[in-house]
Amino acid sequence: MKFDTPAGTNPIDQLKVVGRATDRIDGKYKTTGTAPYAYERHDVAPNQAYGFVLGAGIPKGRVRTMHLQAAKAAPGVLAIVTTLDMPRMERGKMNAAYLFGGSEVQHYHQAIAVVVAETFEQARDAAALIRVDYDTEPGKFDLAAEAPNAPPVPGDSEEGSGGPPEERIGDFEGAFASAPVKLDARYTTSDESHAAMEPHATIAAWQGDKLTLWTSNQMIAWGKGSIAKIFGLKPENVRLDSPYVGGGFGSKLFIRADAVLAALGAKAAGRPVKVTLTRPLIANNTTHRPATIQRIRIGATQDGRITAIAHESTSGNLPDGDPETAVSQTQLLYAGANRLTSLRLAHLDLPEGNAMRAPGEAPGMMALEVAMDEMAEKLGLDPIEFRIRNDTQVDPENHERRFSQRDLIGCLRLGAERFGWSKRQAPGQVRDGRWLVGMGVAAGFRNNLLMKSAARVRLNREGVVTVETDMTDIGTGTYTIIAQTAAEMMGVPLEKVVVRLGDSDLPASAGSGGQWGANNSTAGVYAACVKLREAVAQKLGINSADAAFADGQVRAGNRSLALADAARDGELVAEDAIEYGDLGKRYQQSTFAGHFVEVGVDAYTAEVRVRRMLAVCAAGRILNPKSARSQVIGAMTMAVGSALTEKLEVDKRRGFFVNHDLAGYEVPVHADIPHQEVIFLDETDPISSPMKAKGVGELGICGVGGAIGNAVYNATGVRVRDYPITLDKLLTKLPETA
Amino acid sequence: MANPTGATAGFQPTMPVAFTVNGQAANLTLDPRVTLLDALREHLHLTGSKKGCDHGQCGACTVMVNGRRILSCLNLAVMHEGAEITTIEGLGTPENLHPMQAAFVKHDGYQCGYCTPGQICSSVAMLEEIKAGIPSHVTADLTAPVQLTEAEIRERLSGNLCRCGAYSNIVEAVTEVAGRQG
Repeated sequence: MKFDTPAGTNPIDQLKVVGRATDRIDGKYKTTGTAPYAYERHDVAPNQAYGFVLGAGIPKGRVRTMHLQAAKAAPGVLAIVTTLDMPRMERGKMNAAYLFGGSEVQHYHQAIAVVVAETFEQARDAAALIRVDYDTEPGKFDLAAEAPNAPPVPGDSEEGSGGPPEERIGDFEGAFASAPVKLDARYTTSDESHAAMEPHATIAAWQGDKLTLWTSNQMIAWGKGSIAKIFGLKPENVRLDSPYVGGGFGSKLFIRADAVLAALGAKAAGRPVKVTLTRPLIANNTTHRPATIQRIRIGATQDGRITAIAHESTSGNLPDGDPETAVSQTQLLYAGANRLTSLRLAHLDLPEGNAMRAPGEAPGMMALEVAMDEMAEKLGLDPIEFRIRNDTQVDPENHERRFSQRDLIGCLRLGAERFGWSKRQAPGQVRDGRWLVGMGVAAGFRNNLLMKSAARVRLNREGVVTVETDMTDIGTGTYTIIAQTAAEMMGVPLEKVVVRLGDSDLPASAGSGGQWGANNSTAGVYAACVKLREAVAQKLGINSADAAFADGQVRAGNRSLALADAARDGELVAEDAIEYGDLGKRYQQSTFAGHFVEVGVDAYTAEVRVRRMLAVCAAGRILNPKSARSQVIGAMTMAVGSALTEKLEVDKRRGFFVNHDLAGYEVPVHADIPHQEVIFLDETDPISSPMKAKGVGELGICGVGGAIGNAVYNATGVRVRDYPITLDKLLTKLPETA
Repeated sequence: MANPTGATAGFQPTMPVAFTVNGQAANLTLDPRVTLLDALREHLHLTGSKKGCDHGQCGACTVMVNGRRILSCLNLAVMHEGAEITTIEGLGTPENLHPMQAAFVKHDGYQCGYCTPGQICSSVAMLEEIKAGIPSHVTADLTAPVQLTEAEIRERLSGNLCRCGAYSNIVEAVTEVAGRQG
């Protein structure tokens, strides 16, 4: 189905199932421990052996020799595959780091061997017996030191943000110089780890030239293509299966070392092999969100109209890596005639930087939304009013191009009312016992992306509708919204829908990334259901244009036939994909939020506690308000980590992330997170898809860190521009306490 | 029961251990390095208990041993001779959910589901700890009965990480179950 004109009224608009807060259909499996994750699939292949990955102990150089005698002689060892056994293997097309093969070490904890043994304990023990001689080379590990020489580069997050090395509209320098009110500030954000709860894991089995991977992956079609490329296999000889993914956040967009080494280990051992990356490997072996150094300049008239805005960002990566596209939202979020955005990329020899939840916007808006707060203060304007004065309904770089929908003002105004924004005082004025209390606000912004997505739908004689697509559910609620879509389209209750996901043998979907999963994957199911409705109508001998599907019946005129009757002679099967015309180019499709945060800062210790959080979101039709709300509060929670605690600490001499486990890398815990409120504006966006939905999973993180920083400033009068806002950055600057 | 402990090279010492899991006897002969978590997941194929870190840092492996919650990744299986172990599989089934499991579904107290069994086991055991009057870091009065506040719940569940960030919903689920228990 080609979607090239805005959607009219369609069966989804009935909202009998779609749009209703619905318990997850996979909930009973997840809460009973019966949902199978990758490493747990004892039943899929007999006689599984265990692979244990050894990571390089240097950040850059070469593996000279690996001494394997002791490991080979250790109990239970079946095979050892080392990186010296083969030339460097191909890599997936979206990755900078090579995963295995050859003597070169690009980064610390790069995989250099897999030991396969009968048991996990034996494999782990034998891996510890391997001695490695390295030739270490000097590397570059300090972003601040390399930044002055970083060249301009284009960027593409692969998730909808990016741009040329430098983008100019009008005369930024001239307008900024002559602006009566201006800000020129530098902000930094830290390297962050996705830290999904399920470590990367794969079971691999070969049958001749055919390779099956039971794995944990967000993007099945990408993964299949990458495995075919890495191993030189025909794509039809590769199968990935990933029905449950224990969190991804971008870390499982790609094939990683677990999959490659499980396959190599299985080949060497001649039997299925399972490999999980141990927790301490994940920060340095896989990808991370790169740190940024950002400069923002804003010039405005006395009455608060932006006349000049510039956002420049420098990040680091391995050769062939991309920059963090932190300036992308600044091209679209606020009006202003004279504009400049630029990206610079320093070569670093740290592990690969790549997409993490809202790549680009998440760290970019942690800076931009603080800059807006600072500017509002200079202007003597309420920060909400300042944002409203600079709202734009068109792409600021191309005024012919309108936003398909944009109600940022509505989000901010409703949020202000619900949050009690009018009670906000000047910085440092509100005290609650030992706590300095402050409120902060930020805009949320993230693009809506249109991606082809296919599905197959089956109807059997019991009237059960089965949906099949390689789409993944990474906690996003995909199983349920796909079931809701099929139930709405076919006129059956949710209990009559079965959803099969995550198998590369099924039609290729948009996958889970860039908050594009929900809208596109359900639109693909919509397309397949339209075809199935036609097949049903034809079988029942009625005109599909007149047919109404409801309550397990198909009605046309005064006829009413059981849906299941259409399958009386055998299952009906329909397959289709949603494909998009140029609506995404003609209109700017984005999602918007108003983020509100109240913090308390301990007047004596500078400990920051988040007391209240509210997000008001405008993101098109919300398919399942229950799981969509969870996506938003989860993103808000991750933003609390970014703003207050999360930082991969770089050892600049030894070249690695030091705090590479869940004790040293501090993600938010229960005690850090208060009750969170989310409000969805009642919207539909007929330009996005037949579902009229957009994404929310990343909108929830974009801007929240800035709102936290602004709340800390409002509480204390101390402006911290260097994330995370840890107490050492506040302590000496706090107001004198009694 | 699969028993992938047969060694192909060298000598691999093993030890017998017997305990009950969800009321069923388990008699295992294990490499003494096998953690309780791996005994459950890899030897008994009870994969509901999750391995998130294998270091006692995330709580995904939480199970109950003789009624108390423990991190099964920080215990060797052979330490638990004679123990009564309850895992997520022992609380309820998809067709017959434990009240805590049902409350997690109702309040959407999970997303990816990987930390969920640990959160649920931890929540069930934690409510018993409050009933037993065991204080926590946030208990103000150590001599009075422990109040079942959201602050107590958050503090006592802080060893169970959820990267999807379902904390707000989990606390609502646990509060509802606690309220019903009175």
